[in-house]
Amino acid sequence: MSSKVNFKPVGKRLPNRRDRRSSSSELLSDETRPSRSRPKMSRDRMLLLFLGLPGALALVLFHYVPLLGNVIAFQDYQPYLGIGESEWVGVSNFAFLWDGNPEFLNALWNTLILTLIQTVLVFPIPLVLALLLNSLAGERLKRLLQSILYLPHFLSWVIVVALFQQMLGNAGMLNTFLVQSDLPIVQIIGVPELFKALITSQVIWKDAGWGTIIFLAAISRIDQEQYEAAAVDGASAWQRMISITLPALKGLFILLLILRLGSSLSVGFEQIILQQGPVGLQASEVLDTWVYNNGIIGGNWGISAAAGLFKGLVGVLLVIGANKLAHVFGERGVYEK
Amino acid sequence: MTTTQNATIGDDTVNALRADGNRPPWMEKPKLITQVLKFLALAISVALVIVPFWSVIATSIADQQTINDSGGGMVMWPSGVTFSAYQAVLSGGVVTRALFISIAITVVGTLLSLAATAGLAYWLSRPGAYGAKPVLMLVLGAVLFSPGLIPTYLVVKGFGLIDSYWSLILPVLINAFNVIVMRAFFQELPQELFESAAIDGAGSATVLFKIVLPLSKAVLAVVGLFYAVAYWNAFFNALLFIQSTEKWPMALVLRAYVVNQTTIGGDQVSTEVLPPQLSLQMAILVIAIVPILVLYPFLQRHFAKGVMIGAVKG
Repeated sequence: MSSKVNFKPVGKRLPNRRDRRSSSSELLSDETRPSRSRPKMSRDRMLLLFLGLPGALALVLFHYVPLLGNVIAFQDYQPYLGIGESEWVGVSNFAFLWDGNPEFLNALWNTLILTLIQTVLVFPIPLVLALLLNSLAGERLKRLLQSILYLPHFLSWVIVVALFQQMLGNAGMLNTFLVQSDLPIVQIIGVPELFKALITSQVIWKDAGWGTIIFLAAISRIDQEQYEAAAVDGASAWQRMISITLPALKGLFILLLILRLGSSLSVGFEQIILQQGPVGLQASEVLDTWVYNNGIIGGNWGISAAAGLFKGLVGVLLVIGANKLAHVFGERGVYEK
Repeated sequence: MTTTQNATIGDDTVNALRADGNRPPWMEKPKLITQVLKFLALAISVALVIVPFWSVIATSIADQQTINDSGGGMVMWPSGVTFSAYQAVLSGGVVTRALFISIAITVVGTLLSLAATAGLAYWLSRPGAYGAKPVLMLVLGAVLFSPGLIPTYLVVKGFGLIDSYWSLILPVLINAFNVIVMRAFFQELPQELFESAAIDGAGSATVLFKIVLPLSKAVLAVVGLFYAVAYWNAFFNALLFIQSTEKWPMALVLRAYVVNQTTIGGDQVSTEVLPPQLSLQMAILVIAIVPILVLYPFLQRHFAKGVMIGAVKG
């Protein structure tokens, strides 16, 4: 296994089965064989290309062509003119960055606040949940709980938002219960002040359980003898967790934090666009929805593309920066230097 | 070593003990208060997941009387059970059509995605394959750089795919991460198999269909299920690209009738007596969830593996 064997395309040097079978009877054709096997080799190459090309083509057409299409961020793009004919306007589409466009600033502010809340509040929950699950003695119970907690991850945002409405809405389960107990109802859905809390709780509900999977996998790789040795030395279960489990998870935690930082300007487009109506833009607009509302709905193609490009570039810079930071602290990060 | 066998048990033994709900000898029994707190925390987490499902299902089969009794709100325990809401939404009309559209897109999309992903991953996994290196860079680059909403929309529009079902499949045909996962899996297959197949005169296609794919059922299942869930759940692309109401997939129907609570009338469902709005809404919601619940046991068996391959090799 360790010695790398180079795979040679069929027919280049190794005779194929038909050749071997025939070689004893048809010695004459031996001389012509190499020239006959060359087209077969290239046909095999063609076949490999043929298998892979549709996927590569889809990637180029729907990923890289749009990536190049970002040039309209520097154009006064008009759909009836197209990229070729639209006027080039330099960086003036990026004016929202420095002229203090209040809508953009509001969207940026909401995005950063949500990212902050989600990183501080949401991020550690899977770790706590994983530690709890791991401390369970029964493997079967653990597995059952895992399957229940993973489930919400596979539901779409439309379903999650609908479920939350039915639970917390004015005619939802919570308020039905409050009315039946002669208590005043609490309005949660559609209240601008509570919007960020609602968004955050939905993110927790959907993905906290799923987030445990990677921590549990890392925990299961920790050497059990460390725990045994610590226990023999008199360390309590709590101390074992603090001094063995958590340090072992540090690298992974930092890695996930970096990845989270990289997407810190993207906070749940689908989730928010679905719930924007009742709460208004002031409380709910984030960068992604601003791009959508401004571009697709409003027709300000150039400016929206500029905002999208800005967002993407900041994301890449954040990942690179956070990764550098991880190296400074002696962690591996996403990629090594 | 003078220690007894108990003191030197390895990981396997510990795991075996824990599988039976036992503790390794060095692990003390937790204090009662710890156990109670732990139990409470986990019970609450699980209840938070299960209760919404339960009450949605209960409300979807509750009759008018039960819903009136609860003040027009959600029901936890239906005293009168009726399936008229399901009959109403499934006997033709908006929801039935959307259901067929969503199923068709999910099935066709998953098959195409799986074929394209496997083909691409196979190409990239063969050592020395022609053109594989630059394409691999394209795949890796696609993970890092996302093109952005506006250019994607314009490209799809440029191809004339707006309001076409293909706009829900082609832009998401390839998920670069899935390609990386599958390529990693193909590369882990024993190289001896490829060599002996080459000696026997098998071409690339024969190797793929007779050796690689049969050995890769696990990864095909994971990736296929991930694609299927993504197609079924797709909302954003449908919102962007689908304009005519009669082409709505389930996600848009859910948004209109459940999230935005547009009234469901005789035009939307074909039924003589209209069941309560709330039951109709909950029936639509249940119908959108059921396929995920059906796939879930399969998903669960494989996804941990898929996530780990991606995490380790990606």
